[in-house]
Amino acid sequence: MTSDSIKNNRNKNKNLTKWFSNIPFLRESQIMKIHYITGVGALFVVAIHIMMRLIMPFNMSLEFENVILNYKNIFYALLLESILILIAIHGFNGLRVILIEIRQTQIWERAVNILVIVAMIGIIAYGTRTIIIANGFSLG
Amino acid sequence: MMKIFKKDKTKEIRNERPLERERLNKSTSSSSSSHNNNNNNNQSLRTLRIFRINAVKNPNDVPHFDEFQVPVKRWTTVLDALLDAKSYQDSSLGIRYSCRMASCGSCGMKINGIPRLACYTKISDLDTNTITCEPLPNFPYIRDLVTDFSKFFDHHRSVMPFIQNKKADIPDVNELSEYQQSPQDLDKFLQFSYCIKCGLCYSACPTVATDLKFPGPQALSQAYRYFADSRDSDKSNRLKVIDTSHGIWRCHFAGSCSNVCPKGVDPALGIQLLRSHLLGISNSEKKIAKLQDRSNNNNYNNFYSEELEEEEEEEK
Repeated sequence: MTSDSIKNNRNKNKNLTKWFSNIPFLRESQIMKIHYITGVGALFVVAIHIMMRLIMPFNMSLEFENVILNYKNIFYALLLESILILIAIHGFNGLRVILIEIRQTQIWERAVNILVIVAMIGIIAYGTRTIIIANGFSLG
Repeated sequence: MMKIFKKDKTKEIRNERPLERERLNKSTSSSSSSHNNNNNNNQSLRTLRIFRINAVKNPNDVPHFDEFQVPVKRWTTVLDALLDAKSYQDSSLGIRYSCRMASCGSCGMKINGIPRLACYTKISDLDTNTITCEPLPNFPYIRDLVTDFSKFFDHHRSVMPFIQNKKADIPDVNELSEYQQSPQDLDKFLQFSYCIKCGLCYSACPTVATDLKFPGPQALSQAYRYFADSRDSDKSNRLKVIDTSHGIWRCHFAGSCSNVCPKGVDPALGIQLLRSHLLGISNSEKKIAKLQDRSNNNNYNNFYSEELEEEEEEEK
């Protein structure tokens, strides 16, 4: 390897580590503001969700056809999507707060931040996929 | 009384602790003299159970407790008892103290499980025959009841606990002669300026016990003290220091800090007020902090409420 290529590789590695060290991009007060808003918002939408479930008997509510009918209602699908997003953000941020309080090394904190963001995105993506598929599901 | 201080050189050579023997004999004897009877009526013996460790000499030293019998009168404080044990029974006892009047904050320790100032805690108020004295939790040990405050002071320094004003160093002194501040502006932070850096709040905080990077209630309340000071102009830099993943947001609002503060500072209030500023909920100091009313607590003087009562009677 030439000295130039070695230098290029070293610079690439430095950029990668620098990128990792700059996660997250928000100040803690901004993150906590999101945490409080999502907490209150989740409470509100879950309350609506529970009230909607009470409009019919419990055993009827859990029947397959009735569940699919809920997903086919676009407003209800949006309600479920909002519950998913709000609770995922609130829950995983709460988990991040607990984990960084237990141990305070730089590697641990970076790993927790990355894993929480990945888990949040993954859960929201998988849940959204479920809602979209259920919304497009047709009987017979 | 004079007999104790009369030097008996032959006894000093023969006995290891002649003063202790003389003092204990005097306190427990049933002498017929009226002077001794009066002393015995006002004095009793209590057991002082003191945590012992020498972390400087031996970092692997196993801590243990030593017990001392000390004479106690109605007004004897824990510090008096500790100094009595140190003077007459074990001079190797490690105690940190200075002013003896709850002004310096040096004698903070855990007394019967609660962080308190030894000079400000009367033994008669503790209502137990055995008084357990341990070093403050959340501080590294040095020796016996003496702990290492360096990390505590580092946290305090990190919040820049001084007035920062860009107009302070102007060459034209005619333009700015003094920092004028109204009594209303003073009231906004006065309570938090009473902090004596005793470390009791830091030792009582459950977050400090788990999160080593958490600055603690003392540093955060001092951050609020300077934030709320109208003479200070550099508020944003100070907020950046505490607005981190291990800063003000890791407070769980347990309230133990305010519970143990001997000066009525209420650090929990300062932290919540600072949080509301960081969230952008309040841009002005709507709540004027007041000294805690400790009239129901036997450990603290009641003169503030007595003064208020006198004023009310005069008005009537």
